[in-house]
Amino acid sequence: MNAHYGERQVLKNVNFSVAEGEIMVVMGGSGSGKSTLLKHLLGLQDPTSGSIKLMGQNIAKLSRKQMMALRRTMGVAFQGGALLSSMSVADNVKLPLRENTQLDENTIDIMARLKLELMNLAGFEDLMPAELSGGMLKRAGLARAVIMDPKILFFDEPSAGLDPVTSVELDELILQLRAALNMTMVIVTHELESAFKIADRITVLFDGEIAAIGSVEEIKNSQDARIQNLINRKPREKVVDADAYLQRLTAGGV
Amino acid sequence: MLTLTCKDSPQGAFDIMESLINFPASIGRYTLGIVSNIGRAGVFLGLTLSRLFHWPFPLTEFIKQLNFVGVRTLPVLLVAGLFTGMVVALQFYDTLVRFGSVDLLGSAVALSLIRELGPVMAALMVIARVGSASCAEIGIMRNEQQFDALECMAIDVYRYLMLPRLLAAIIAMPMLTAIFDLVGIGGGYVVGVLIHGVSGGAYINGLIDTVTFNDVLMGVIKSLVFGLIIMWIALVNGFNVHLNQSFSGAEGVSHSTTTAVVLSAIVMLSLDFIIGSLML
Repeated sequence: MNAHYGERQVLKNVNFSVAEGEIMVVMGGSGSGKSTLLKHLLGLQDPTSGSIKLMGQNIAKLSRKQMMALRRTMGVAFQGGALLSSMSVADNVKLPLRENTQLDENTIDIMARLKLELMNLAGFEDLMPAELSGGMLKRAGLARAVIMDPKILFFDEPSAGLDPVTSVELDELILQLRAALNMTMVIVTHELESAFKIADRITVLFDGEIAAIGSVEEIKNSQDARIQNLINRKPREKVVDADAYLQRLTAGGV
Repeated sequence: MLTLTCKDSPQGAFDIMESLINFPASIGRYTLGIVSNIGRAGVFLGLTLSRLFHWPFPLTEFIKQLNFVGVRTLPVLLVAGLFTGMVVALQFYDTLVRFGSVDLLGSAVALSLIRELGPVMAALMVIARVGSASCAEIGIMRNEQQFDALECMAIDVYRYLMLPRLLAAIIAMPMLTAIFDLVGIGGGYVVGVLIHGVSGGAYINGLIDTVTFNDVLMGVIKSLVFGLIIMWIALVNGFNVHLNQSFSGAEGVSHSTTTAVVLSAIVMLSLDFIIGSLML
């Protein structure tokens, strides 16, 4: 698939597949197109060309009703949790069940408590999102994402903005979730340690293009200089065009 | 001095020529912007109202919004209504007493409140308290990806968030206006009868004899339209906060909220004149 923002191409010939039960980590630096790719995978944006198939269905060809049905089998945990700020943690977690199922309130209560317990959030049900820490927000967002027991879970930057200990705890939680619920997961991150710990396979994006797809070992041993720079945290080399630089400095006329 | 230097220099002349050439393009861009904004707002309203026929109706959210728009606006509305009625009665008393027609005070206060001041003042209170808050809330929800989250949970944003807010405003607005009118008439009674000694019977009878069904209908129609307009403008400005190329984040929400408040007030006052002209 290809994607553009106006004239600018942000995803170029991106092509990959994820097997059932697999954890695929999409990795790359800032501005590499990770978040844009995730928005396309979620059907929140349409590609300019190409197609995206989720569970065998081309999402561009689905009616709104079919897309809604497909989304009931998906879970999405957003970077900042994206909890509805006017609702308590428990109400946020219960929301998908209340809106998408005919379950009675007692069953919904039990299911929400189960998921909050799994995320170590028992006792925080009545707090409002504004009262939670960054890590708790992410875990509450994750609890809401898995409340419907989705077949696929998308997770945007699970470790971003968290301290190392909380970040490791969240990685453990992701692995526990996969073991318990056997979900397919697509996780977008720029945190190397986290990616290497949780991934079955890694897709590395650079400037909207896939630089490599492979297992953790394959990515670590990649001969691609850009990937080695990313792994070893080396800054990109700046190529300065002297004429262009001078033109930029003197823009507006001397 | 600076202008002369610019005009005299070749660069200055070139800039003026460029501005002249760009002027029609700027007007075109501005017009296109307005037309596309109106189009987007129209589509937004159509999509929201179409959710009236979608199941399930978000009753809890609707009651919550009815409480927010209606019940929680009451304190400020009661104070505004009381003082508006008092000041209207004061002004009318001062005028009517010169012509020896103070018995008309009740009808003058009631007519001006029911037809005009009640709907307009109540709408201004709702714009200030509810319109601004709703626009900011929806804008922040957009910035914090809460709409994306709802979409991904297979929850229709128009049905779940927009429809209850719009309906709550349409239903609450006539009630708030009616309460404003009653409190205002009471305020007028305090000033006219209790302070200035106008006959209480004349005040009440004048009111009952003069106010017709059409006067009440005009107030009700105005308040229904104002409720729709205020919430529509607030919601659409918050919903499209991300489309603003010039302002983003907190500044974008602040800009959208200001736009929503100013636009609501202007559109409301324009419609007040149009509805008044059509019904009188």
